[in-house]
Amino acid sequence: MIEVKNLHKSFSGVEVLKGISTSFEKGKTNLIIGQSGSGKTVFIKCLLGLFNYEEGSISYDGKIFSKLTEDQKRNLRSEIGMVFQGGALFDSMTIAENVMFPLKMFTKQSKSEMEDRVDFVLKRVNLVDAHNKMPSEASGGMQKRVAIARAIVNNPKYLFCDEPNSGLDPKTSIIIDNLIQEITVEYNITTVINSHDMNSVMEIGEKIVFLKDGLKEWEGSKDTIFKTDNTAVTNFVYSSELMKKVRQMYIEEKQ
Amino acid sequence: MTYLHYIGTYFLMIVEMFRKPTKWSVMKQLILKDIDDLIIGSLGIVAFISFFVGGVVTIQTALNISNPLIPKYLVGFATRQSVILEFAPTFISIIMAGKVGSFITSSIGTMRVTEQIDALEVMGINSLNYLVFPKFVSLMLYPFVISIAMFLGILGGMAACVYGGFSSLEDYIIGIQTDFIPFHIIYAFIKTVVFAFVLATIPSYHGYYMKGGALEVGKASTTAFVWTAVVIILLNYFLTDMLLS
Repeated sequence: MIEVKNLHKSFSGVEVLKGISTSFEKGKTNLIIGQSGSGKTVFIKCLLGLFNYEEGSISYDGKIFSKLTEDQKRNLRSEIGMVFQGGALFDSMTIAENVMFPLKMFTKQSKSEMEDRVDFVLKRVNLVDAHNKMPSEASGGMQKRVAIARAIVNNPKYLFCDEPNSGLDPKTSIIIDNLIQEITVEYNITTVINSHDMNSVMEIGEKIVFLKDGLKEWEGSKDTIFKTDNTAVTNFVYSSELMKKVRQMYIEEKQ
Repeated sequence: MTYLHYIGTYFLMIVEMFRKPTKWSVMKQLILKDIDDLIIGSLGIVAFISFFVGGVVTIQTALNISNPLIPKYLVGFATRQSVILEFAPTFISIIMAGKVGSFITSSIGTMRVTEQIDALEVMGINSLNYLVFPKFVSLMLYPFVISIAMFLGILGGMAACVYGGFSSLEDYIIGIQTDFIPFHIIYAFIKTVVFAFVLATIPSYHGYYMKGGALEVGKASTTAFVWTAVVIILLNYFLTDMLLS
């Protein structure tokens, strides 16, 4: 479980996060949603320790991040898997080498053990016969799946995904969403996803945190988001005609 | 104040580069790869430039000696001194600032833009040690490149001298042996090691701390070349003053 209390972050005097408090539960897919510029990426980078924050606290299963020593932070980070928006695959390595990288860095496994584990996770994300391809030879969807494989190869306790569906077609987006949700349940990990994709919100949003102008505007789940009266949320989530119709159908069905 | 901030960040980067070392089995591969990219990959251009510039130095010297009282072996002597003292360590380092420096800045800068450095940091890896330290270690073989440049520069001078008819082979060989001071070689290699450190760290700094996109990677490469060249020239002056005065 990840707990965030009163998180403040500024850049050059401009406050981007204005006191966010929330928690992300284990074994659930937690979504952070909000408009561009609402502070989602800054929030997730604070959670990962990539940005220092001025005020507040972040704790991972009771361990307050800012109070950890450098070694403890490094150990904690080896328990974190991250799927970046663009994949962030290492250009100079093949797909198999990319996935094997965390194992090489943090385990004492033999080469054959590492190869077996890489085969296993690549199969888990439905990638076979892609081992020797370079990232530049892989499609956007493949790159995302490789990034997920790299993130889970070391059995992380926490999985972060920054816009995992950006640039993907709707069908591939659903595959990626389902894959993340399955992995979350299968490995019982705390998953935090930063997303714009309303389909993801409706499909896998077991917990949803809506950010607006650096503040937590609303918190709920894929079920409660249909019922909310919060205009900021409804304006954002139901901005398209399709989503308005989906909501209408849901309300009619409930009645 | 801004420049002080940059200088401070640069020295903090160097300190951080030596902390939290990457696993040796991984580091070994990175060092070998960087030796291939930075050292072996530069030999061709260094050999080509050294040979022909050595020849040009010889021709220029020979053409400017019109006094019959000046011995012909002076051409070989002047070529040797120019090549060992300045051309090989300094001139080649400026060329390397363009070739190796822009490679380092653009490769690290691209990793920054595509969040690969963030990926390393999230995994708990000291990205500065992972990215910069292997470059620093591989460039400690830079004196090997410079010794090849020295040899080929003098060889190029000999070829130009003999085949251009400026003096005989015997005169040239006497010239390159005349008044040889072994400390000049040590001086050249001290400079080379210092320049190697500059070549590894300044372009890395500009790549690592760059912000923006593809356009900024290009700008960072240019800035890295300019600053590497400026620092090399300044250090060349101070080292020469300290070691030869």
